[in-house]
Order: sequence, then structure tokens, then C-alpha cells
Amino acid sequence: MISQFFVLSQRGDNIVFRDYRGEMQQKGSAEIFFRKVKFWKDDGEGDAPPVFNVDGVNYFHVKVAGLLFVATTRVNVSPSLVLELLQRIARVIKDYLGVLNEESLRKNFVLVYELLDEVIDFGYVQTTSTEILKSYVFNEPIIIDAARIPNLGPAAIFMQGTKMPGTAVTKSVVANEPGGRKREEIFVDIIEKLSVTFSSSGYILTSEIDGTIQMKSFLTGNPEIRLALNEDLSIGREGRSIYDYRSSSGSGPVILDDCNFHESVQLDNFEVDRTLTLVPPDGEFSVMNYRITQEFKPPFRINALIEEAGPLKAEVILKVHAEFLSSISANTVLVQMPLPTYTTRVSFELEPGAVGNTTDFKESNKRLEWGLEKIVGGSVHTLRAKLTFSQEPHGNITKEAGPVSMTFTIPMYNVSRLQVKYLLMARKSDGHKAYRWVRYVTQANSYVARL
Amino acid sequence: MAPPAQSQRSPSPSQPSGKSEVSDLKSQLRQLAGSRAPGVDDSKRDLFKKVISYMTIGIDVSALFGEMVMCSATSDIVLKKMCYLYVGNYAKVNPDLALLTINFLQKDCQDQDPMIRGLALRSLCSLRVANLVEYLVGPLGLGLKDSNSYVRMVAVIGVLKLYHISASTCIDADFPVILKNLMITDSDTQVVANCLSALQEIWSAEASTSEEASREREGLLSKPIVYFLLNKIREFNEWAQCLVLELAAKYVPSDNNDIFDIMNLLEDRLQHANGAVVLATIKVFLHLTLSMTDVHQQVYERIKAPLLTLVSSGSPEQSYAVLSHLHLLVMRAPFIFSSDYKHFYCQYNEPSYVKKLKLEMLTAVANESNTYEIVTELCEYAANVDIPIARESIRAVGKIALQQYDVNAIVDRLLQFLEMEKDYVTAEALVLVKDLLRKYPQWSHDCIAVVGNISSKNVQEPKAKAALIWMLGEYSQDMQDAPYILEGLIESWDEEHSAEVRLHLLTAVMKCFFKRPPETQKALGAALAAGLADFHQDVHDRALFYYRLLQHNVSVAERVVNPPKQAVSVFADTQSSEIKDRIFDEFNSLSVVYQKPSYMFTDKEHRGPFEFSEELGNLSIAGESADNVVSAQRVEANDKDLLLSTSEKEEAKISTGNDSAYSAPMYDASSVLVTASQTLMEPAISNPTLPGQATQAILAIDDLLGLGIPAAPAPPPPPPQLKLHTRAVLDPATFQQKWRQLPVALSQEYSLSPQGIAALTAPQALLRHMQGHSIQCIASGGQSPNFKFFFFAQKAEEPSNYLVECIINSSSAKAQMKIKADDQSTSQAFSDIFQSALSKFGVP
Repeated sequence: MISQFFVLSQRGDNIVFRDYRGEMQQKGSAEIFFRKVKFWKDDGEGDAPPVFNVDGVNYFHVKVAGLLFVATTRVNVSPSLVLELLQRIARVIKDYLGVLNEESLRKNFVLVYELLDEVIDFGYVQTTSTEILKSYVFNEPIIIDAARIPNLGPAAIFMQGTKMPGTAVTKSVVANEPGGRKREEIFVDIIEKLSVTFSSSGYILTSEIDGTIQMKSFLTGNPEIRLALNEDLSIGREGRSIYDYRSSSGSGPVILDDCNFHESVQLDNFEVDRTLTLVPPDGEFSVMNYRITQEFKPPFRINALIEEAGPLKAEVILKVHAEFLSSISANTVLVQMPLPTYTTRVSFELEPGAVGNTTDFKESNKRLEWGLEKIVGGSVHTLRAKLTFSQEPHGNITKEAGPVSMTFTIPMYNVSRLQVKYLLMARKSDGHKAYRWVRYVTQANSYVARL
Repeated sequence: MAPPAQSQRSPSPSQPSGKSEVSDLKSQLRQLAGSRAPGVDDSKRDLFKKVISYMTIGIDVSALFGEMVMCSATSDIVLKKMCYLYVGNYAKVNPDLALLTINFLQKDCQDQDPMIRGLALRSLCSLRVANLVEYLVGPLGLGLKDSNSYVRMVAVIGVLKLYHISASTCIDADFPVILKNLMITDSDTQVVANCLSALQEIWSAEASTSEEASREREGLLSKPIVYFLLNKIREFNEWAQCLVLELAAKYVPSDNNDIFDIMNLLEDRLQHANGAVVLATIKVFLHLTLSMTDVHQQVYERIKAPLLTLVSSGSPEQSYAVLSHLHLLVMRAPFIFSSDYKHFYCQYNEPSYVKKLKLEMLTAVANESNTYEIVTELCEYAANVDIPIARESIRAVGKIALQQYDVNAIVDRLLQFLEMEKDYVTAEALVLVKDLLRKYPQWSHDCIAVVGNISSKNVQEPKAKAALIWMLGEYSQDMQDAPYILEGLIESWDEEHSAEVRLHLLTAVMKCFFKRPPETQKALGAALAAGLADFHQDVHDRALFYYRLLQHNVSVAERVVNPPKQAVSVFADTQSSEIKDRIFDEFNSLSVVYQKPSYMFTDKEHRGPFEFSEELGNLSIAGESADNVVSAQRVEANDKDLLLSTSEKEEAKISTGNDSAYSAPMYDASSVLVTASQTLMEPAISNPTLPGQATQAILAIDDLLGLGIPAAPAPPPPPPQLKLHTRAVLDPATFQQKWRQLPVALSQEYSLSPQGIAALTAPQALLRHMQGHSIQCIASGGQSPNFKFFFFAQKAEEPSNYLVECIINSSSAKAQMKIKADDQSTSQAFSDIFQSALSKFGVP
């Protein structure tokens, strides 16, 4: 049971504020909340946790697109329910507005109030389905120009280097397009996030793929859809230890440790032929989330070295090997490495002919940053950095620096080999063809090499 | 049109700019109010938007109330909605003006369009003005019967809103009864779900004053209702599913088939992408199987994979909520998760609140086969840039060292920490090495060699400094420089700000003196002098004490200050098992995230439906204080039993025959202690039926106090007719369940003797006294003059329970008792026993 819901900007301004039960001081709670979150770090406790209690009031928050979505209650509710709900409210708003950010929210706050009134009544959740809400909500969204907004979040990954229509992810589910009728299309994104830790000798300590099949449907008339996955897909790793690297990579069946499904998914045929049947509701949702710890070939190998080079000096050598096909390339690559705290100056040396590289030494947190716009499969990139120290390192310098971490996005590539084999639409004869887009992308979640 | 940017940045309502803008709006709204010109709705929309944007940022626009209402005569639904929002916000502070809106809202409640009917009804009920409730009853009654489900859905919540404005109006109109019918007949699942929410809230609030409401609330947990809802769970939306699952978790199944039926029905809910649904399902599974150890363990195995998937999918916030629950389960049954330790490794970009949970989980699951890898991983974190996490990691290594038998490798790691020469690493490691030496004195040689190399100047943190000084004192015979280091520290006595360090310094220099008198004598003198002049009371007193002790007799002083020590086997657990069990009972709630039971952070009316809060919540649980002493035994309990409730396994050793399926024994181990101390203090009372383990526990404690084995005393004379079980067990959950379900069999008042009142200054004494009469206390609380106790007892030959609420007012010397019984025919007999026991309280 929720007492209040509000959205705050990064500066702490109320963008929307809805009090559902009138049992708390209205003005106080947003301020109390914001102050608490802002000063949490100053108290040496790191980030504020998503749930905390101040004077008997529980504050829940999630961060979406630089905004804070907050709910309050005095009741001992399920934290998972409230946090899930906040995330879902953000998603519904995004379905409506196309783009979710401070500007779009401010322009459409009346529409957002309308949505909020239908999503929650007197603190009880009524529905978070964009599909159902459509019949209750009457304001037309004011669409802000997607091109003007900076690319933020996972949505941005599709904007570069693909032939896909970039507007898809920022298109409102309800607004009519200028051309009159809506284009019939459906987007299926297979997004995989990798967590890999390499030991100092380059051996893989842990690896996991967290995948999701996202769907965003702009189809009218709610046709039923069949989505076929790899036929040899198997679920569960019965009897085997969770981390088992015996199976060879590159071929063989895809084995999921576990997965879960959206409630619209019918699993009647799943056991037989690995097809999912669903009537996609309007808006964006995850059809399926899955988790894999089966061995896979990591897209990048990282070699990192730090050694002392005379008094008050050391050298760092970073080498990144792209171990995927040359027809594929990774973009927005960033390699970071914390340096010893007594580092005062760093000079960088790139390979001759390197393009699209940026190097930086962040003085404030003593961190080396190496950005690469694009890495083509099969290539190797090297960075040398000369460090100057203000004092002699005590003991082992490798204990004072690192680990090296890397973020990247690789479009049209997935490491798990999980595939959407086909996507069928059961539909009555209709003159218009529906466009179907299936896209793959791999991102780094936590990609770390130790020294 | 966007709200003006300027006013967004100055949201203070006291801004004068707000005022002139409000009066501007006022005149503009006036102009539009009567207009029928084309396009007027668009202008109104813009104005309304402005008003609402001011409202959002906190500018008081209540002055526009009249104009807004005038403008609301429109067929434009967007305008209507904005107006409703405005009215709902300000009606409470303008009750007189709110009356203005009644008219048009009532009219809208009869509109042709169900959308408008629903919206108007919702707004009407949201006015929150007490003197308008008479206008609500009619439209609500019609709304509940409306042919459109949207209107009914709104009306059901409307009933709840009415209840909060005026409970009596709501009850008098018989709305709860209508909702009850609607809940089992309506075709729309959201209407059904709203009925359930509303009834839970209404009946829980009423239950404290009305027996009938309390019965109705129980009725929601009856088999027909629970089954009715569970059978159609797939038709509900995900949020309503959570509601139904939460209800099902409170359901008491009639037999094992019942349990398996429900579990089979809900099995596929574990695959739901919504974490809230999965956790609610898990709660049902865990609670249903509490009495079946092996099935309960299977449940743990089954839910592992879905939980791990939820942790790694979704936003960091959602993942944290799930991880907190996983953490709880790992702490209860670490051995089930010991092969999954790699999932608890920290990722460098995780927030520290996640890392903290993971470090605790890694510590808990460490066992012989994975310790090496876990410790290696933790050592990586020790060099982490995030210093609090680095500290936690080192502590985790220490904890693992203290819980393992083979600490060889770990000691080396800890010693490596000392060589890392990072101040905070050294500080944490010193504290750990000290604890380690207290448990494994055999390692002193290796540790001392390394510790001796640490310059005390590099150690600044009081805890670390104290640890170093302790080691200097304890092992001064092995550390060449010990007397001189101590001497140096004493010289800078005045610069030492921490009293803790100064206390340790005194003790250490004393110990050193006994081992190496000639070298230390000077330092000791200086320390005692400095200590005597110290402004801190404890330091002063300790110095004086040592001084007099030395004056009295040096060899006695040595025996006092530096006796031969036994290695510590187990360090005390910080959280009592009752608290842990209570958190487990409150699975899928904030209690798990905060790691506190709800009574510690929530006032009683907010603990959610079906909580036993009003009776038990804010009372302290009996015998909590005794916990630390028992923890040693507890930790040594067989690991494999951890699936049972933490305290249950203690009890399992005590009570052998526990026949009723759902009264899983959860009564706490402290009862062992209570019995033990009772045997010491009141040798007249004892329990001849104690099985082996408990007797051992008693003997152990007796032995500890050097009192030998007490002679077996005569059992108390058997009471007439009714015989009570001397070691009755009942877990708090079952107690609560029964307390809710059973009617009051007897309600009596009793006068206490003056001696009894006098003895009541220590309420614990009453608990022990009653236990001597086979009546156990499950919870107690209160302060003089009002005390409240909950007792229970069982028949000796069958699992038939008696529950007692006893409120004692020590100033009026009256005790009020409410007795509930499984077997009502014997409640008078039980009452006699209870009163006779009570009458003997305080009588020597």
C-alpha cells in the first residue's frame, strides 16, 4: 500500500507529486527524501540503498533516465513489489511519451497525472498495462524531438552503425505519427550483458551472461505471435556444478541455467519445440530473461601490466584483443584502471596510426581512462602510460593499482548463440505487411581483469 | 504549454511571484467560466495545466477553488480529469468550498459514460471531508452495483476511502458485507482484488474492537476463500496475484495434501518475470513446508535458480530487494548454497549496499571445500578503492578464519594484509589477528613475528591500537621490544584521546610487568601515575584498582590480571534467534531488507493485515537478554539442522515428542537457561521429564558456576483433574494463529497478594515462577504499573493448548486474565491452576 508517489529531478525538484492517502505531510517527504539521498555518501556509507526508513516512513526509489521515481509508505510492504512497480510506472510513462527524460515529463505532466490516477488508487495498484491504460487515458502525449536529446541508456545502442530505424525505441506507443496511420512493426531485441573476471594470469575466474528478450510492439489488432528459439536449447544444469567449464565453446547446445517469462507468454509448446506463443501487449516488455554460466568465448581478452621503472616512476601497458569476427565491430569502448593514489602525472603513448582513441588521467579519483570509438573484430590495441609518483610505492605495486575494467557495446553479436529462429504472426488477411525487426546486442556488465 | 521555467526553480510557496501569478490565473479563469465560445476548452486546458503545475511545485493555488469549479461544467474529459485532481488536492483544506463540487460530482456519477461515472465517483470519495460523507453513501451503493466493471472497481476502493473518513458510516451502510459478496461473485478480477484489499484493511482495523470483525478477518483465511482465489490466480494481474499469494502465505493448511495441492498449483509462478510475484510465491512455499524438514529443504533447492535469475536481471534496485531475501535464506541454510558461492562474488561496479550483503553471504557459505577460493577472492577486495568495502572484506576473511578448523592458509593471508602498509588494512587486520589469537593461541608465534614489525606510530585507529596493545601485553615474553614500545606509548599518554586505548595500555603494562618486571617497572609506575590523574572515570578507577592490588599482594594481582586463559571457542552472535525467526516469518517485507522485525521500525497499525501486532508486536520476547550466553551451544548445533527455524533446533534437542503437525516447536533456547537458573535458585521445582540434552546443558552451566550437580528435587504436587505438560512447546506463529482463531473461554479478574506485587519489580521472576507450574511465557512487556504477559500451557497427555493473556496492574494489585483453550470444557480447571500458581508468586 503506497502513500505517495513522486518524481524528482536530479536537483531535487518535484516534477510530479501524487499523494494517494493523505496520511503524511505532503511537502515534507520529498525534501526529507532528497536530503537523505544526497547526504548518504557524505556519511561514508556509499550510495543510498533503494529502500530506507526515516522516522517510520519507508522511502523507495529507483533511478531511471536521471530521474528519481519515489514511493513512500508507513506499512511494512513487500519491497520487491514497490520497486518493481516504480520501474513499471517509468516504463508505462516511456511507452506513452516515447522518450523518458526530465523535459518530456515536464511537458506531459498532466498526462502523467492521468496515468498515475489509473495505475494506483488509494495506494493499491490497479494496473500497469499500457494496453489497458489506453482506454482510461485521454491526454495526447506531446512528443519531444528525439534527435535533440542526448543518447542515454541502452536505447542509444541501436543508433549507431546499424541500418535499423533508430526512432523505434523512442517512439510513443499511443501517439499517432504525422503520416496518419501507424506503421505496423514489431521489435525484438536480444540483449546480453556479460560479467567476466579474468585472473592476473588471464584465466577466467567467473563468467555469466544475463540475457533478456525485449519486445516492443506497434501492431494493431493484437495478433498472436510465435517466437522460435534454438531447438537444442536446454534449461537447468541438473547434477552439474554451476561453474563447469568442461563443455567446449563454439558449438553444442545452448544451456540456460534458468529463465523466466512475461505473463503474456504461453509455454504450451516450449517443451516440445522451443517456441513461445504470446499476444504482445502494447508497449515495451521483457518476453524472457535468462541466465547462463556455461562457458563462452569472451569477446575481448585484456592484458594489463604495471611495473616500476626507476625511482618514482612506473609504466602501465594495456593490451586489448578483440576476439570476434572482423565483420563485427564493438563501439563506445572504455577501459579504466585505478592507479596508485600517489600518482601525480601520467603521459600516454598510443600506437602509431591509432584513430578515435581518447586518453585521460582523472586526477580526482586517480583513474586512467582509455576510450576507443570502435574496435573491429580481430584487431589488437595497445596503450602505454608512464606514471610519475609523489612517493615511493610501499611493497607490491600491483596491489596498489587495478583492476582493469572495460565497458563496450557490440551490435549484431551475441555470445550465448541463443537465437530467434523465426517470428510468426498469426493474422487475418490484411493488406499491410508488418515489419519485424530482430536485433542482437552484447554489452559489458562487469568486465574485469585483475593485475 | 509548459509551466514557466522560472517558477520551477523557486518552488517556495512564499515567493511573492507566485501570488501575482495566482491572481492572474484567477481573472483569466473567471473570463472563461461562462464562455461558450468555440475553442474555449483549449484555453481552459492551458489554464488548468498551469494551475496543476503550480500545485505540483508547491505553490498554494487553493484560492482558485471557486473559479476552477465554475470552469468544470464541461463535457471535455481531459478538463474534467484535471479539475478532479485539483479538487481532490484542496478539498480537505477547504471543506466549505468542497461542498460546491458535490453537486457536479453527483451529477457526473449518473453520467451515461461509465468512464465519467467512475472518475466522478473516485473524486467524490477522495474529497476527505468528514461532513460530506452523507453524500457518498448513495453514489457508492449504486457504483457497487454498476454494470460497468471500471465503476465497480472504483466504488470498491471508494468504500475503503469512506471507511477512513467515517468508519461508522461505512459499517452502518453494510458496505463490508456487500464487498464480501462481491469478492466471490464479481466477474472482474480487479474488482475481486480490490474487495480483498479493502476488506483486509477494514476488518483489521475493526478487529481490535469488534469480535465479529476479527472473525470476518479470519474468514478471509478460510479454505473456501483461499482456494477460490488461488484457483483463479492466473486471471489476476501480477499485482493482484501478489495480494492473493500474500493471503495464501497466512493460510493454515488442513493436511499434507492441502500443502501439495497449493504448491503444485503455484509452481509455475516461480517462473514469473515479476520478482514480487516470485517472492510472494516463495513465501507461500516456505511457510507451508515449515513442518516438513525434507520438503522444506527441497523448496530451498527449487527456489535457488529463480532467485539468482531475478538478482541478475532487472534494475539494480529490484535486484537488491531480491538479494536481501536471498541473503536471509543463505544465512539460514548456508550449506545449501555453498556450491553457489561464485554468485556472491562482488562486481566492481555494484553499489556498496549490494557488496555488503554479498560479503556476508560469502562468509556464511565458506566451508572446507570452497574456503581457499573465497578467501582469495576476498583478498582481492581488500585492495579495493572503496575503502569501507575493503574493510568489510578483511573482516570477512577474519570471520571465516574464526569459523574454520583449518586456518593455516588464512592466517598467512591476514599476515599479508599487515604487510600491505595501507593504514586501514593494517588497522582491520590487527583487530582480526587479536581475535584469532584469542581463539587459536597456537598461532601466536607466527603472528607475533609479524605484529612485532608494525610500528605503533602507523596505527591510529583506537580499535586497532587497542588490539596491538593487547597483543603487546599478552605476548610480551615473546616480543623483544614489548616493554619499550609500551613505555613509548605511555610517554605520550596525554595525546591518546581514546579511553579504550588507555584502558588497554594499563592492563598491558601490568601483564608485561609480571613477565618482565625489571624492564617494565618504570613504565608501570608512569602508567599508574598517569592513570590516577586521568580525567576519565574508568581509566582512573582501573589505575587505582591495579595500584591497590599491587600494594596488597603482587602474586594475587598477577592471578587477577594475568591468569592462564582458555581459548575462546565461539564469539557471541549479535542477533538473537528469535529476531531472526521473526524476520523469516515476515519474509517478503521490509523486515528482510532492514534485517529487523517490523515492530522495531513500524508502529503497530502499519504492519499490514493479519499481523499480530496489537497483541504481541511491541512486547519483548521472553528471555531475550539471556541470549548471548546460550549462543555457544547454539553455534555448535549440527549445521544440517539449520533449515529448521534457528531456535527450533535448540528445542528439538529438548522436546522429543511433538505430535501436532503445525505446532512446529519454536520456543526458544533461552528456556533451557531459564530452567537452568531456576534450578539453581528454586531447587524445589524441577522437571523430571527432561531428556538428556537439556540436562547436559543445565549441568554445563551449573558446572560453570562451580556449583556441582543439584540433587534431584521432588516434583511439584500434581494439580487436581488437569495435568499440564511440563515442557510444553508452541511457536509464536502458532500462538498468534490460535489466539486469533479461538474465542475467549474465560475472562476473569484476580487480586494479587502484596508479596506478589513486590516480586513483580522483576517481571522475569514471574515468568520463571509460572514456568515452574508448567505455564510458559511466550511474550511479555510493559512498564510499571502495567504489565502484559502472554502465557501458554499444554495438557500433559494430548496437544491441547491453553492460551492466556494476563494484564497486571501493580498499583491496583489486579490481574486481568483472558483464557482461550482448544478444549473449552477444561478451561475452568486450567484457570484454577493458573490462579493457584499466580497466588503463590512472591510467597516464599
